[in-house]
Amino acid sequence: MTLILGLEGTAWNLSVAVVSEERVIYEAESTYKPEYGGIHPREAAQHHASELKNVVSRALRGAEGEGFSLEEIAAIAFSQGPGMGPCLRTVATAARALSIYLKIPLIGVNHCIAHIEIGRWQCGTKDPVVLYVSGANSQVLAYRFGRYRILGETLDIGIGNALDKFARYLRLSHPGGPKIEELASKGTKYVYMPYVVKGMDLSFSGLTTAAKDALDLHQHKKEDICHSFQETGFAMLTEVTERAMAHCCKDEMLLAGGVGANRRLQQMLKTMCHDRGARFYVPEAKYLKDNGAMIAYLGLLMLKSGDTTPIEKSAVNPNYRPDEVEVTWRDVE
Amino acid sequence: MEKLSEETLMIQCAEAIVEIKDGFVYKRRIEKRYRVKEIDERIRRERTKSEAKIISEARRKGVPTPIIFDITDYELVMERIEGDLAREVINDAISERIGEFVGILHKNSIIHSDLTTSNIIVSTDNIIYFIDFGLSFIESSTEAKGVDVHVFFQSLRGTHESYEQLKRSFIKGYRRTFPNASHVLKRVKEIERRGRYVERK
Repeated sequence: MTLILGLEGTAWNLSVAVVSEERVIYEAESTYKPEYGGIHPREAAQHHASELKNVVSRALRGAEGEGFSLEEIAAIAFSQGPGMGPCLRTVATAARALSIYLKIPLIGVNHCIAHIEIGRWQCGTKDPVVLYVSGANSQVLAYRFGRYRILGETLDIGIGNALDKFARYLRLSHPGGPKIEELASKGTKYVYMPYVVKGMDLSFSGLTTAAKDALDLHQHKKEDICHSFQETGFAMLTEVTERAMAHCCKDEMLLAGGVGANRRLQQMLKTMCHDRGARFYVPEAKYLKDNGAMIAYLGLLMLKSGDTTPIEKSAVNPNYRPDEVEVTWRDVE
Repeated sequence: MEKLSEETLMIQCAEAIVEIKDGFVYKRRIEKRYRVKEIDERIRRERTKSEAKIISEARRKGVPTPIIFDITDYELVMERIEGDLAREVINDAISERIGEFVGILHKNSIIHSDLTTSNIIVSTDNIIYFIDFGLSFIESSTEAKGVDVHVFFQSLRGTHESYEQLKRSFIKGYRRTFPNASHVLKRVKEIERRGRYVERK
């Protein structure tokens, strides 16, 4: 049996997991919580640096507890990007050290693609159009001709970031998304918000501004503003996802990324898929947020196709795009 | 695409139903259950209006587009253009004329957004018409124009063997009517390298 140790720490969640071909064997994590405001990249990196030893040890001991021997670990996988520079560098340093010490290959993986592959694995979907939504990212992707192509994406900030910014304005603590969702569920009135879809691309920064104005200038109830914010942003995402499905003639859809945990977003996508006779897939919440298991799993796929990363090519890339990666582990259609 | 009778043809797209009957084209934007009524109605109304506006604007600037006979909240009634899809009949001369018209659109900051040889009709009286401005918008950026041209090249590549020659003819026409063509064509090369936009089947 081949085991992979995966290290994830692109933003605020440090997570390490051991994965085999059959299942996720053990996961350990430690989450950075800002005292106020949003994620401070340097503080998050310092959190990761001080927690790495502990989290890696817990993951390894956990795997041993499940009856596996550490000798069985065949490679170390880590998030090479995209993400916050200081966080990426910290985790990459740990991954290189482990690879050298244990004398096993290093595999730098693309964080976005890891989200997609764990979703495909957990849900058993073959060839879906993917909506990947998180703090920093909002992309619609589909696999064609050996790569995950980006069919549509945000032109400014990710939907999660837009939600978090407004949540901070309401003095809600990080992460703001779930708190906005809670408030939105009590909203009843729709307040005008800008709906910006340009071709296949999206823009969310105007939503945050409109939400602040709705609060300060027009004194709308915050429940109604949160409701309207979600309805508008999620409708934009659903529309572009549907258009991508029509364009690529695909009848499966996979939701990925932390914002994917939002129940209203799930519901909208499910309705859209139902109305066009397509199937909707979403993995468990723990595989939607950033997690080490997805990094380990993509590492496993890459190792099997002989795709490893020599140390001199293991520099991190904070702007690593999924369409830069040549997919070696899937059949070319 | 479903053929109902000799006279009526219905096409279901992602956001609209297009019905062709008695020499007219009816394009109706359909309701989406996933979004709240307030958004759904606003978007369908805004887009119907904007599409009509851009179709007329393009024609005023000298690019043949269907005449619009009527516009209601969610529906456009347009002239039916008789002819062949450019996809079926394109040659160097046609590609060059398409280039000239796209040059005119871009000179006037009209971005078609779905420039494929299936959205261009060569009419029976040999006029080149541009249809389906459903995703169009007004923008002056080099990037938007570059993506527009790139999408057109992709549609050529997907369906035509003489792709390179057709592309050269297009560029010849595009340069003729659009003074800023070089900037955009340079950007097209960059966009190609990004490999972002997928080929249409």
